[in-house]
Amino acid sequence: MTCVATPTLVKGSRSTRSTIALKILMAVTGLVFIGYVLLHMYGNLKVFAGQEAFDEYAHHLRTFGEPMLPYGGLLWVIRAVLLLSVIGHAYSAFALWSRASKARTHKYVMMKAVTATLSSRMMRWGGVALLLFVVFHLLHLTTHTINVNGDPGSPYERLVSSFQPGQWWVAVIYLLAMLALAMHLRHGVFSVSQTLGYSNNARSRARANFAGVFLAVVIAGGFALVPLSILFGIVD
Amino acid sequence: MKIKLKIWRQPNAGTKGAMHDYDLAEVSEDMSFLEMLDLLNENLNEQGEDPVAFDSDCREGICGTCSLMINGQAHGPDVATTCQLHMRSFKDGDTITVEPWRAEAFPVLKDLIVDRSAFDRIIQSGGFISANTGSAPEANNLPVEKAKADRAFDVATCIGCGACVAACPNGSASLFVGAKITHLGELPQGQPERDMRVVDMVAQADYEGFGGCTNIGECTAACPKEIPQDVISQLNKDLRTAMKHGH
Amino acid sequence: MTESTTTRVSDAADYFTLGDAIADTKAPHDVSVPQMWEERKAHANLVNPANRRKIKVIMVGTGLAGASAAATLGEAGYHVESFCYQDSPRRAHSIAAQGGINAAKNYRNDGDSVYRLFYDTVKGGDFRSRESNSWRLAEVSASIIDQCVAQGVPFAREYGGLLDNRSFGGVQVSRTFYARGQTGQQLLIGAYQALERQVAAGTVTTHTRHEMLELVVVDGVAKGIIVRDMVTGEIETHLGDAVVLATGGYGNVYFLSTNAMGCNVTAAWRAHRKGAYMGNPCYTQIHPTCIPVSGENQSKLTLMSESLRNDGRIWVPKKKEDCAKDPRDIPEEDRDYYLERIYPAFGNLVPRDIASRQAKYMCDDGRGVGPEVDGVRRGVYLDFADAIDRLGLEAVKTKYGNLFDMYKQITAENPYELPMRVYPAVHYVMGGLWVDYDLESNVSGLFVAGEANFSDQGANRLGASALMQGLADGYFVLPYTIANYLAHPAERIDESHPAVVEAKQAVEERINHFLTVNGTRSVDSYHKELGHLMWEYCGMERSKEGLTHAIESIRELKADFWKNVKVLGTADTLNQSLERAGRVADFLELGELMCIDALNRRESAGGHFRAESQTPDGEAERIDEEFAYVAAWEWGGEDGHTPVLHQEALSYEAIEMKARSYK
Ligand SMILES: Cc1cc2nc3c(=O)[nH]c(=O)nc-3n(C[C@H](O)[C@H](O)[C@H](O)COP(=O)(O)OP(=O)(O)OC[C@H]3O[C@@H](n4cnc5c(N)ncnc54)[C@H](O)[C@@H]3O)c2cc1C
Ligand code: HEM
Ligand code: FES
Repeated sequence: MTCVATPTLVKGSRSTRSTIALKILMAVTGLVFIGYVLLHMYGNLKVFAGQEAFDEYAHHLRTFGEPMLPYGGLLWVIRAVLLLSVIGHAYSAFALWSRASKARTHKYVMMKAVTATLSSRMMRWGGVALLLFVVFHLLHLTTHTINVNGDPGSPYERLVSSFQPGQWWVAVIYLLAMLALAMHLRHGVFSVSQTLGYSNNARSRARANFAGVFLAVVIAGGFALVPLSILFGIVD
Repeated sequence: MKIKLKIWRQPNAGTKGAMHDYDLAEVSEDMSFLEMLDLLNENLNEQGEDPVAFDSDCREGICGTCSLMINGQAHGPDVATTCQLHMRSFKDGDTITVEPWRAEAFPVLKDLIVDRSAFDRIIQSGGFISANTGSAPEANNLPVEKAKADRAFDVATCIGCGACVAACPNGSASLFVGAKITHLGELPQGQPERDMRVVDMVAQADYEGFGGCTNIGECTAACPKEIPQDVISQLNKDLRTAMKHGH
Repeated sequence: MTESTTTRVSDAADYFTLGDAIADTKAPHDVSVPQMWEERKAHANLVNPANRRKIKVIMVGTGLAGASAAATLGEAGYHVESFCYQDSPRRAHSIAAQGGINAAKNYRNDGDSVYRLFYDTVKGGDFRSRESNSWRLAEVSASIIDQCVAQGVPFAREYGGLLDNRSFGGVQVSRTFYARGQTGQQLLIGAYQALERQVAAGTVTTHTRHEMLELVVVDGVAKGIIVRDMVTGEIETHLGDAVVLATGGYGNVYFLSTNAMGCNVTAAWRAHRKGAYMGNPCYTQIHPTCIPVSGENQSKLTLMSESLRNDGRIWVPKKKEDCAKDPRDIPEEDRDYYLERIYPAFGNLVPRDIASRQAKYMCDDGRGVGPEVDGVRRGVYLDFADAIDRLGLEAVKTKYGNLFDMYKQITAENPYELPMRVYPAVHYVMGGLWVDYDLESNVSGLFVAGEANFSDQGANRLGASALMQGLADGYFVLPYTIANYLAHPAERIDESHPAVVEAKQAVEERINHFLTVNGTRSVDSYHKELGHLMWEYCGMERSKEGLTHAIESIRELKADFWKNVKVLGTADTLNQSLERAGRVADFLELGELMCIDALNRRESAGGHFRAESQTPDGEAERIDEEFAYVAAWEWGGEDGHTPVLHQEALSYEAIEMKARSYK
């Protein structure tokens, strides 16, 4: 095997069966997430407009498109897209993760990272953290399985009562998740640009990098404002 | 100066290896890193101990034969090949850890020597422009925009040493593949085979067992020829284009 | 020219036997030189495409010559088995060539032509090359550029998108194509990719990390080779219908050279011992601009491309007492730009042998610069201060950036601020296996291409002409001439043939010997000592006394080597000391022959400068009446037998034989 290069070349190769195809799937689903979290954050920030506005927004989400869509139809569409995206995203992530571990089974005794950002190295575990958080988040605020509190009729009430100082740990979980999200986005946005082929020169690469930092700060920051404000009594 | 070396020793591909410690005195600053290893080997030879096997040929940073993970960095601390690294980059009393490139696609043959024939097979799978000898048109019939020619050259300087793979946490060969895709893709001569080239080369790299890229950038940082991460984006773009074209 | 005494006894009379004269019988001498190649191609035998698949060519070497030939033969449909000692064909030593490749394209409209390139080559080679070959080289040069561009070789271009050129030493036109300072790399990668394409197509099989250790010859016909798998140690036999050696040069006989560590003479030398003649082994090119030796443990020398002489100016201090000073403190009037002074017409662009020798003289005169090694400063300045003033820092960076970086990496000095220090070093050998016009050696079916053959370059090679020759041989010459041979291939043998068995046994015995001597000295220590002798006595300037001394010393060293070398490890693993032992054993024999050849050639020609043969003002003096021949040496046998000299007379019809002058 080692010396005579017996040509063992792949026959019938297809672009869709490559690792890059997996990456493209990850990037596209990642973009769906980014779009979603942007909207989600926008919605959350309505908290600052008061209970009425917030509850109305929540209601509006459910009646949107009626009567073309049934009550809650849009939400179900969004949920379906998100679910498929999560499956695609996580599938690719784990497929590539397992490939990467097989690509180097013998570890170095000494290995120094030179340029890698912490964010870029935390993508996989950070992703797992996000996944766990999403489960927690759904159990908490969608199905109310955890920590049911306040009037289930008003989303605003539920939200505000969740982050009271008495249960500071709920806020801490959300804040940590936002840190994970920030890191995931910091590298993820850059990575999307690389993966989709939009940063094939130094300038666009710098731009993609900046976009990563910018979106990470805006999105994670935007989300974090809500629990923080409630925790410190700015919103009540 | 005096140094301590921790070196991976492995008699052959089938036998387990381990790190061994050596002390070396009378190392001068002007020596190259490999000349330092030559000196170690002269000493070992004298003591009747098997010299450390390592690859090198041109010793001027162009053939890509030398490798070595030095203190956890591919080709050591400088942006240069191991053969261009000089002992003046180290201090008296330093401990230096030396390991082979680690990747399943680069199996160790002996000590610090690995088999990089996977790279050759990636080129075989499509890293060329099909132009049989004798069929070429007059060279100046095909002007190439200077910017494109320069870019093609910049990325064609890849020496195929494998440092990108060695430094990549995923063991990915994307920088190597991307450099060739970009080199040939920038030139008008490279267009007819462009789609199939990228599909075949990526498939081969996957088949060889290299990991996928997560755009971390360690490859670029380790590359002695400073091939930029741009080429990976170009690689992805070309693959996406080929996908669109139904390949 | 001095008065000749043709009957004069050779200085080396005690060391060789004179054999029959030989001649090239393949070039069609019934037509004029410019028509020969067309004529040869028109009448060469062809092989039916359907039969080519069944014909096997053994191709040793994957440098420019070997890779281009293997790819081209594969494209034509032959079955090629390709070998190299590196782990990939792409790492052949051609990769290191920096400066460029010549071609008579006349894109600059500066009066270049096939004739002028031919003229420059023959004159540059000091009228010691075969004119038919040199003409052909110039003739096919233009096609090489076309071919490489089609493969995607990224040559330097002008803003209009057309190819750029630069000038190189020894000529007055601008005909050198280049890819920044990495021309060899780009050309080789082009050829390598073409080769790998044929591997995928199934016509070529590559055997990397395989070293050829013996040639199989039956009744004067080459049948195959014996190689060692350098990883498993297995000794393999590969038989074929023709064998091509494209194994590069043997400059490493000097230990320190600009060649890659693995460059060796083994393949060629084994063929020599099996009957192939060695042509002009003493012709060595010493390159004037290399980074000076810095210490005892140095393993190789690094070239600074000749292209630097385009804009850099070479000087040493006029006064010895200035030599240790910071060069920037030495005023203009105290600097001796000696090349510009002695050779005003060519200035810093004189041919390599002249530039090298002058540097040696300056240092011998005590005006060298840089650190003292063994009491002498061996270095001269190559200064870019004027160029930076004239062209601007950026322009200099674009043109030479990578070379400057390399210099800085090695010396830790910044050449943008301090002038570089350079000194000559062994770089290339014009000598090699003797071949005829078809590149076939005197052993039938054994072809030799690239630097490994005795070359179209004569006694000295012009810059940027080796890449040209390698690719000319591989892409455009050998594929025709070898077909002529393969049209009627000799009978095949199989592995049970006594010649194969014997060759294999010889290889095994030799390996076994190295591993069982159990001596006290390392292989490298012998190599260093040999190199020292060669550099001192068979280097830039040679004399009868020195060469005689060297021959005797090498003989002693050789005897000691076989008794006292220490090689550890086993034969069935990757064993680098063992590999080197075999190479050094062959270098020792080669070194002796080089000295004998140099001793015999009591003239100064090109890269070969004999102290006894110079004009009153110290310029090289050729002796055409006595030495206008190619010295083709036949192996005489083991110790006690002397080599046999066959002379091939050189005559010129397309060019007038003149004393070479660059003044
Ligand atoms: C530093 C440097 C710079 C140069 N710059 C220029 C330049 O600018 N322009 C120019 O024209 N020329 C230049 N030259 C010269 C030129 O590069 C060489 O002469 C030329 O490349 C030789 O090519 P080749 O194909 O004959 O041999 P090489 O490229 O040396 O290839 C030899 C091949 O033979 C194989 N081989 C050797 N021995 C064995 C064996 N025993 N068994 C199996 N395989 C074997 C090797 O593996 C290798 O594949 C330069 C040379 C050097 C050293
Ligand atoms: C389900 C849990 C998740 C897991 C396991 C996960 C894992 C990963 C991994 C391993 C990557 C590849 C990193 C890289 O290639 O650089 C990635 C990329 C990415 N992720 Fe996630 N992630 C998850 C959830 C999310 C969420 C919730 C978002 C949105 C906010 C998101 C957005 C992105 C983006 C934009 C990318 C970049 C795509 C690319 O590499 O091209 N991910 N993810
Ligand atoms: S030995 Fe050639 S690049 Fe280091």
